[in-house]
Amino acid sequence: MPLVITCLKMHIRTFRGLFLNNLAKWRFLKGEKQGKRCAAHFNYQADDSRPVEGETTKLTMYQAITDAMDICMKEDPTALIFGEDVAFGGVFRCSVGLQEKYGKDRVFNTPLCEQGIAGFAIGVAAVGSTAIAEIQFADYIFPAFDQIVNEAAKFRYRSGGEFSCGKLTIRAPCSAVGHGGLYHSQSPEAYFAHTPGLKVVIPRGSVKAKGLLISCIEDDDPCLFLEPKVLYRGAVEEVPVAKYKLPIGKAEIVIPGDQVTLIGWGTQVHVLCEVAMMAKEKHNISCEVIDLYSIVPWDRETVFNSAKKTGRTIIAHEAPYTGGFGAELAASIQNACFLYLEAPVGRVAGFDTPFPHIFEPFYIPDKWRCLQAVLDIVNY
Amino acid sequence: MSVRYVTVLSKLFRNRTSKAITRRLFSVNLAAAEDNKNENFTTSLEFLSPDTVKTIPSYRVLDLSGQVLNKNEEPKIDDAKLVKMYETMVTLNVMDKILYDSQRQGRISFYMTSYGEEASHLGSAAALDNEDLVYAQYRETGVLLWRGFTPEECMNQCYGNNLDKGKGKQMPCHFGSKVHNFITISSPLTTQMPQAVGSAYAFKRAQNGKCVIVYFGDGAASEGDAHAAFNFSATLECPVIFFCRNNGYAISTPVKEQYRGDGIVSRGQGYGITSIRVDGNDILAVYNATLAARNYCLSNNKPVIVEAMTYRVGHHSTSDDSSAYRSAEEVKKWVQTDNPMVRTFKYLHGKNLWDEKKQSECEKEAKSIILKGFGRAEKVKKPNWTEMFTDVLASENDILMEQKEYMRKHLEKYSDCYPLQ
Repeated sequence: MPLVITCLKMHIRTFRGLFLNNLAKWRFLKGEKQGKRCAAHFNYQADDSRPVEGETTKLTMYQAITDAMDICMKEDPTALIFGEDVAFGGVFRCSVGLQEKYGKDRVFNTPLCEQGIAGFAIGVAAVGSTAIAEIQFADYIFPAFDQIVNEAAKFRYRSGGEFSCGKLTIRAPCSAVGHGGLYHSQSPEAYFAHTPGLKVVIPRGSVKAKGLLISCIEDDDPCLFLEPKVLYRGAVEEVPVAKYKLPIGKAEIVIPGDQVTLIGWGTQVHVLCEVAMMAKEKHNISCEVIDLYSIVPWDRETVFNSAKKTGRTIIAHEAPYTGGFGAELAASIQNACFLYLEAPVGRVAGFDTPFPHIFEPFYIPDKWRCLQAVLDIVNY
Repeated sequence: MSVRYVTVLSKLFRNRTSKAITRRLFSVNLAAAEDNKNENFTTSLEFLSPDTVKTIPSYRVLDLSGQVLNKNEEPKIDDAKLVKMYETMVTLNVMDKILYDSQRQGRISFYMTSYGEEASHLGSAAALDNEDLVYAQYRETGVLLWRGFTPEECMNQCYGNNLDKGKGKQMPCHFGSKVHNFITISSPLTTQMPQAVGSAYAFKRAQNGKCVIVYFGDGAASEGDAHAAFNFSATLECPVIFFCRNNGYAISTPVKEQYRGDGIVSRGQGYGITSIRVDGNDILAVYNATLAARNYCLSNNKPVIVEAMTYRVGHHSTSDDSSAYRSAEEVKKWVQTDNPMVRTFKYLHGKNLWDEKKQSECEKEAKSIILKGFGRAEKVKKPNWTEMFTDVLASENDILMEQKEYMRKHLEKYSDCYPLQ
């Protein structure tokens, strides 16, 4: 046993384990005043919606994800959880306790090989079992790109519906975390949005994570579930204990407003909520904040209605500007809402650089850049 | 600093997870080495050289003239089954010829023959249960024919007509059939290998008594997915047969530019996988090896590698002229001296199951069936263009419906410009 503990400690100290350790130390997520250098770029806005009646419990996002997987494992005896280091609970603690509960044959480590994980998962799903695969960081999903894009996404189409791997879900921690540098910060959703046959979903907190993950796992199409890792412990919400699902393909109006539409997903929704509050308090501008949360398929109705109502839309995402999913939204809004637009659709995004380490505060589309975009679009 | 210490250090820095590091450190310090049976010590500095290892031999049952070399090794296959195996080889040959020629005439867009590899298809397919799941690369049409997929169904797929299960979406030779437990083929090489492992894992849990066989070529074995599949199958203990068709070439690339080890079979040892090399032109050797592999992987829940040594007699595909990179003499030598069709013929002849007359009748009948089927397949209408939008996702979404509607309106106006039926 002491050996196991030593191993665990050593593990936590390693490169990939760093985040776990540091996340716990992050006081600023609780809104405490810190120096400019390490200030969080957002203040968490708890989601107090109740998707289902009944008892709730306070859960961080990683706990909500565990809860979602627990429910699916309980209901579906074919469901499997696998990936690198998931057996001991995962480097972000998302699968803690599940191996003890469901056995080593249902929750297990794989060799360290992302293309293998994705390919294996497709094979599990192709014969009707439920595969919940984890890629340790979204930054390391690219070795599996071929399996996801050429295989998972096209499995049903190319066989004329004879075969499918719809019972496949791939989870991957994504987005900025404060100090993740190039390979622990990426937001790769746009790469996958360009691939017909996949669904891509990104939650912004515990309540959404549980409902959306269950939907992804039970969905008949291969789903990519990207989890903003800064929210794993940063998000704390009252989450219904019961099972519930949130619809894939629907967006949510988080804050209603009528002058400017702000669209984001994941962590960025929290930035935009703060921007909306700042715009209201300091400049008396009414912003409508939309959490897109389902990237593919995306909710055109909600987006277009809001864009038509306000006439001014800004899309913000952490991923780089060029080829980001904001471009797809902007072009579609321009096309569908042209006569309603009072100003060009704006985009606030990461820059067209790799995601930097020490320059992260200058890289991310923070509230100040987004607020300025609001002022610019109102004064256009 | 000893060599060993350097090795430990270099491994320490190469490994991506601490788990491996800690495991190694502790295994050194605490001698917790039972996990790793190779961990022992020596005081002599010796590298393990591939040159000092003997080449792994090919298992053979029949000699080149169709004689059984060791009577104990002759499988007990009943006569009717043996004949059916050979008839399927003949059918495959005849279909290959007709479809190859039809591509040359521009009637189908693409084709890949199986010349020279017929024995590896039928020897392996006949040793499996038809409920076992097959993942193929693309040159395994004989396996599908063995399971009852008809030549006409092959032609429907090649024509992409209304009767094609794949609804005309994929290139010719990308067969698949749910009822025949044959996963639809896709072009990206080797992607099917880790998938086969995943399916085998699910089968193991379901305890359904089925195994998975995955076919791949010697070139495909160089892909990263092959490494992934071998390693996953071993660590996760999956009942899967890796069947490698080592036919000497990956398009123009000969095996000496593909690898420098002892083929594919020698890799099994490194992954902890039981493996065997067989003479791929010897239908009985392939049959025995596959049958034993199936029994082994099902009773032990472990993978097996079967490397079938053969020769790609035909061009890589209809888009390839292999005379650009190999001599006609080389091909001729294989066709004349080590021909799986001839060898099987001679074996059956020796058992009084087959003769020249039966051969010509069988060829004639196959030709007639295939030509009739060909004529029908050619005449069957292509699926409606709206099929292009189906099966992307389990259900249609608004964007796709909108795009379909856009195309419908476009076609109303430009109907003359498109091959509408």
